[in-house]
Amino acid sequence: MSPQSIPIHALTEEAHSIGNIRALLTEIASLLDKLDRNNESGMIDLNSLPLAPGEYEKLRLALGRGEVSARIDAIGPSEIIETHYPGVWWVTHYNVEGDIVADLLEIATIPEIIKSQPEDMHAGLARLRTRLSEVAE
Amino acid sequence: MKDHETLSERLAEQGISRRAFLKFCTALASLMALPPESAAAMAQALAKSLRPSVIWLSFQECTGCTESLTRSYTPTLESLIFDMISLDYHHTLQAASGFAAEKSREDAMKNFYGKYLLVVDGSIPINGGGVYSTIAGRTNLDLLQETAKGAAAIIAVGTCSSFGGIPNARPNPTGAVAVSDIVRDKPIVNISGCPPIPSVITGVLAHYLTFGTLPDLDDLNRPRSYYGTTIHDRCYRRPFYDQGKFAKTFDDEGAKNGWCLFELGCKGPTTHNACATTKWNGGTSFPIESGHGCLGCSEPHFWDAGSFYTPLSAPVVNIEATTLGAAIAGAGVAVAMSSLDRNKIHRAQQAHEIMSVKDL
Repeated sequence: MSPQSIPIHALTEEAHSIGNIRALLTEIASLLDKLDRNNESGMIDLNSLPLAPGEYEKLRLALGRGEVSARIDAIGPSEIIETHYPGVWWVTHYNVEGDIVADLLEIATIPEIIKSQPEDMHAGLARLRTRLSEVAE
Repeated sequence: MKDHETLSERLAEQGISRRAFLKFCTALASLMALPPESAAAMAQALAKSLRPSVIWLSFQECTGCTESLTRSYTPTLESLIFDMISLDYHHTLQAASGFAAEKSREDAMKNFYGKYLLVVDGSIPINGGGVYSTIAGRTNLDLLQETAKGAAAIIAVGTCSSFGGIPNARPNPTGAVAVSDIVRDKPIVNISGCPPIPSVITGVLAHYLTFGTLPDLDDLNRPRSYYGTTIHDRCYRRPFYDQGKFAKTFDDEGAKNGWCLFELGCKGPTTHNACATTKWNGGTSFPIESGHGCLGCSEPHFWDAGSFYTPLSAPVVNIEATTLGAAIAGAGVAVAMSSLDRNKIHRAQQAHEIMSVKDL
């Protein structure tokens, strides 16, 4: 028996579909509607959902990629991508080894993690003032 | 490291930005099963927290629980957690040994009396006065009773310390019992599992640090956020159960299609744990996703709950012995029936078929 004679049966997409993607897209639409009407942001934690194998990739395909992407380096990288639907962001946090530690869909005008934090701004201002005083001397 | 510093001060010293801390809290909120929006509030509360002393006692165990935590795939998270607590005694991890090791436990008990957290893995043997497991010449029973007195709370890590676990399995020669069988006057959180999911251990510690209280617990003292639902409730194969699609053997068409493993003995419907969502090996998969049913390792007496491959709908009692007992009592018909049943069971085992309650 040659390897070529082994029959290969391609499974249809429906064979493993259990309906999570449609449910998720419906929830995203509802959150996006809230953002649009009331400027109310929302999040979906993908780690807490019982997705079937392959559904994660299907969700990626369904949401696609939009115009904006950003990368943060803070105790490991973070990847922020605006999806094909403005206001819907895919935020993935990795640790320094490259494992995913949090995977979220954030429905907001700007994801929270991108904003400068007040504590960091205070510390940065102090550093800048020190620098200025050194330059003055 | 100075014990009086808050976490935010310590992180600032290490050059960790607030944004990085917010990211850490987002990951913590995710593993604590809290709404992701709570990350900012967590960051505020955690930043102000002081480092609590933790004493970790390992008794009749295999060290799998410690391995689960220290070999986890999120070392940044776990190492940050270790930064948040002062682990003053853990005889597997600490560098000190002998009298110096025992002194660090005694010092922590004295200096933080009424405030330290006591973590226990392993069951406690009580037969023969507890001689089956000793540390520094003292029984586990004695050490637990002494250390529990000044603890603010006890976290029982793993099924052995939570419910007795494998050492407690019949015939239990050492008289192994759970922490809660011995200590009755302290709040106890059971993080069961053989081993428990590492992020659940981290999550409970983080909850204590964030809110200053223990998490909401179920009737077996397990945190509801992780043990509130069954594996079956959150299993991605659940829709197949609802549709009546079951794998009958591990290599049939149903198994290849990823159908429900209920008839192959999966204990998911009666097992409370977070494996189906938190998963293992860095979120790669969990037993059911790898094609094997759940063993029910986070439930009490899971080792004595019948075969791992017997469907939950089948009785756990020894049908053969019960039937033979009835036969001895004089039921002639039962003799013939039991003989027929045993033959059928034997044939089914040989043919690798699934038996139902009706067959038995």
